[in-house]
Amino acid sequence: MRSVIDITDLSKEELYGLIDTANDIIENPGKYAHACAGKKLATLFFEPSTRTRMSFEAAMYELGGSVISMTDGASSSASKGESVSDTAKIVSCYADIIAMRHPKEGAALVAAKAATVPVINAGDGGHCHPTQTLADLLTISREKGRLDDLTIGLCGDLKFGRTVHSLINAMSRYENVRLVLISPEELRLPDYVYNDVIVKNGMKCVQTSDLSWALPQLDVLYMTRVQRERFFNEEDYLRLKDSYILTPEKMGHAKPDMIVMHPLPRVNEISVKVDDDPRACYFKQALYGKYMREALILSLLSANPEK
Amino acid sequence: MNIDPIKNGVVIDHITAGCGMKLYTLLGLGGLNVPVALITNAQSGKKGKKDVIKIDADINVDLDVVGFVDPGATVNVIRDGKVAEKKNMKLPSKLVNVIKCRNPRCITSTEQELDQIFMLTDEKNKTYRCLYCEGKANV
Repeated sequence: MRSVIDITDLSKEELYGLIDTANDIIENPGKYAHACAGKKLATLFFEPSTRTRMSFEAAMYELGGSVISMTDGASSSASKGESVSDTAKIVSCYADIIAMRHPKEGAALVAAKAATVPVINAGDGGHCHPTQTLADLLTISREKGRLDDLTIGLCGDLKFGRTVHSLINAMSRYENVRLVLISPEELRLPDYVYNDVIVKNGMKCVQTSDLSWALPQLDVLYMTRVQRERFFNEEDYLRLKDSYILTPEKMGHAKPDMIVMHPLPRVNEISVKVDDDPRACYFKQALYGKYMREALILSLLSANPEK
Repeated sequence: MNIDPIKNGVVIDHITAGCGMKLYTLLGLGGLNVPVALITNAQSGKKGKKDVIKIDADINVDLDVVGFVDPGATVNVIRDGKVAEKKNMKLPSKLVNVIKCRNPRCITSTEQELDQIFMLTDEKNKTYRCLYCEGKANV
């Protein structure tokens, strides 16, 4: 029984394997339509989510499995004080695999230690979000045709942006990846990511607060939302929330083949006028996430497609 | 100042001056019902000054705690007035329930009876990180 809590729980070879499976699902969905028949996915979401939860549920349905759901921590036993550990033990009795989102950092690890079925971390506070990273990797792989030799700009909330932390971890394994970290001073990358991932792996990296300066260099621009729910102080949120807004004018400075990604939801950091630009990939990215979640569920359940 | 030699017990020696009280606290020695002496700023040939802790009872000292607070310390087990064992310390790779995670967003702040676990992630800089949230320990 194996769980995926952090993107580093998957080796580089396993990541390529999941990308291959996801590409095969895209090409041959019928082959996988009954691969998880008779299996149940439990989605435990202690924190609001639209894309991630629905993506997991759609993924399981497309594999022929079924879904049981807890969509609001306030209406669950957690509101009565039940521990994450107990919840995971109980849900293990009802489901074959668990996808869990929780506002506390490390909650998914606690669940994985207690559960008797695989646990997939669907986001634990500002910490990790490995399946978003799987979506990101498939997007980069399909849209750029490679995962190495890239200059990737990460823009916005790099402090609390768990998708950013997971993506940096994943990209540290590929050759010649250069990072441009674009954020206000207060939302810079935490030192545990900067020192333990970027410095330790000798990644090329520059930090700036100037998006316009960074844009012409980038192969990939990964925008993020400044997340109100991560701030203890509303004033800080209001001061920082509009730090970066990507507009068609700014896109004029970017390479013609740069892609724009965003883990969504978007608030106003990407103008809707950018949506029609062929370089805007964030809606495709959400679709690719479903295929990668299918690939991951298949792998963790050791389920096989029809021959 | 003289403290009588102990016959059976433990002497934690060569503690960096100033670290003795922290070690005394983290080892929970204040809660023991046996004679314990904390000597600060004792003369040391090697260090100039050192702290020393003498425990007049044959108890098991948590070596991970000693190694965490001061990897340069030594733990001597005394039996019949002689040094029966001398243990050199090193930074432990893992700390369990020695220090607490201060990150209010960490699951350890709410989950009932969850062990506080820290892993050594950078020996050179003596960096420990919470197993759950990866927050840096305040050492």
